[in-house]
Amino acid sequence: MIADFIQYDFLRYTFLTGILIGIIAPLLGTFIVVRRLSLIADSLSHVTLAGIAFGLMMEKLLLITFSPLYSGMAFSVIGSIGIEKLRSVYKNYQELAIPIILSTGVGLSVIFISVANGFNTDLFGYLFGSVSAVSQNDFLLIFSIFIIVVGIITIFYKELFTLSFDEEHATISGIHTKRIHLLFIVLTSLVIAASIRIVGVLLVSALMTLPVAAAMRISKGFKQMMLLSILFGEISVIIGIVSGYYLSIPPGGTIVMIAVTILLLSIGYKRSRKSTNEMREA
Amino acid sequence: MSEPIVTMNNINFTYENKPILKKVNFEIPKGKFMGLVGPNGGGKTTLIKLILGLLKPDEGEIKLFNTPIEKFQHREKIGFVSQKANSFNAGFPATVFEVVSTGLTAKLGYFKFMKKSHREQVLAAIEMVDMLDYAFENIGNLSGGQQQRVFIARALVNEPELMILDEPTVGVDQGNVKRFYELLDKLNKEQQITMLLVTHDTGIMTEYATDIVCLNRTLHFHGNPEEYSSLSDEDLSLFYGHPVTTIAHEA
Repeated sequence: MIADFIQYDFLRYTFLTGILIGIIAPLLGTFIVVRRLSLIADSLSHVTLAGIAFGLMMEKLLLITFSPLYSGMAFSVIGSIGIEKLRSVYKNYQELAIPIILSTGVGLSVIFISVANGFNTDLFGYLFGSVSAVSQNDFLLIFSIFIIVVGIITIFYKELFTLSFDEEHATISGIHTKRIHLLFIVLTSLVIAASIRIVGVLLVSALMTLPVAAAMRISKGFKQMMLLSILFGEISVIIGIVSGYYLSIPPGGTIVMIAVTILLLSIGYKRSRKSTNEMREA
Repeated sequence: MSEPIVTMNNINFTYENKPILKKVNFEIPKGKFMGLVGPNGGGKTTLIKLILGLLKPDEGEIKLFNTPIEKFQHREKIGFVSQKANSFNAGFPATVFEVVSTGLTAKLGYFKFMKKSHREQVLAAIEMVDMLDYAFENIGNLSGGQQQRVFIARALVNEPELMILDEPTVGVDQGNVKRFYELLDKLNKEQQITMLLVTHDTGIMTEYATDIVCLNRTLHFHGNPEEYSSLSDEDLSLFYGHPVTTIAHEA
């Protein structure tokens, strides 16, 4: 069943990219979920769409070829900084930053798409992911993002964890919370840009949050939750890409449904354990 | 008199044109167990935030360990335990060990990793608050009193010389409040940790504190628990700005 993925270049790059984002999306997702920032991922993915649409528009208008992933990434990073600025402007209504950035992203996407008079490229692929969309260049960019994200999370793990657990305490103890937070949000935007070819704009936040939601139910401690989330993320991506390919369904859909299945199983597992414990105690 | 840990000279602080603190002069000598009491809105939390460097005074001078606060570099010498309800998400998936480790983050500094000796330090702090049996439990599964002991351990892991506690027993059941104070008393006497404790519960605090300070915009009283207990209800009303009846606690 896997044979095609080894034989064909485009499938191989998709598969390898899937393996990489199956690690970094839940890795960053654990911090996003515990900090209650899940919706930020959603708004940044829409900004990334605007960047991709911008790239495709420039490609069409100027007749140059470059990967729209670069412009997607640039927009995503700018959007992440925008969210942080807005959060400091609306100190008491920080969640306002999310719909502002999200709607700006969608608005820009619509404009860029119509200015370019629609695209030859299948926009559907950007919305729900595609198994045949990752070029060698894309893969190299995503691989660099992978190295950067894993490296920075390893180096700043203790600061990120301290900040996530108790921001006030982190500030008092002298950690540069604002800088660490900015670093974190920029990493998030990079991971979103990296994931978008496979899972698509509309489902990228699912890959960052669903495996974490499942792991949270059954893990003890933060590190264990992180490792379990990555395991669940990998299972979802691998089964999702392979089944999506053979069933001719965009992989975003199959990946997310596998993740939802894992989530339901973990909820069921916790419930059944709870009731056996109660029976034992009774 | 022993070396002052905290010195505040003529501190004025206003917030949105409202005076919060007026001409506060205040000193905590080393080794004291100081209870800070006063009405709500009297400026207790502001005073603590000034000491922690979260706010800056409009006027006056603050010194920590005899160093002006602007030049003070050793934040790890100060352990802070807040009202847990304020800054803690009860469902956070972290073990007691992981939570206490966060106390070391700033002291270790950037680009440094936890070593075996640091892990031993963390376990020692957990043992000091008698929570070793729960070291690898999720903090969300513990009772309010147990959680608060974990936060004490997080402060202790840095071997602080001053501990500041802001209403630490809110949400802790009465039976465990006494146990909590006994722990603070032990840390104060055995480890020589200077304590500054903000509380509403003056009854139980007077059993353990060496000094009591009443704050309502400015300092109204500074003395030992005996002097505080001998204050008449009229005196107390003056400090609090409204009538006060002392409620005796069962020992």
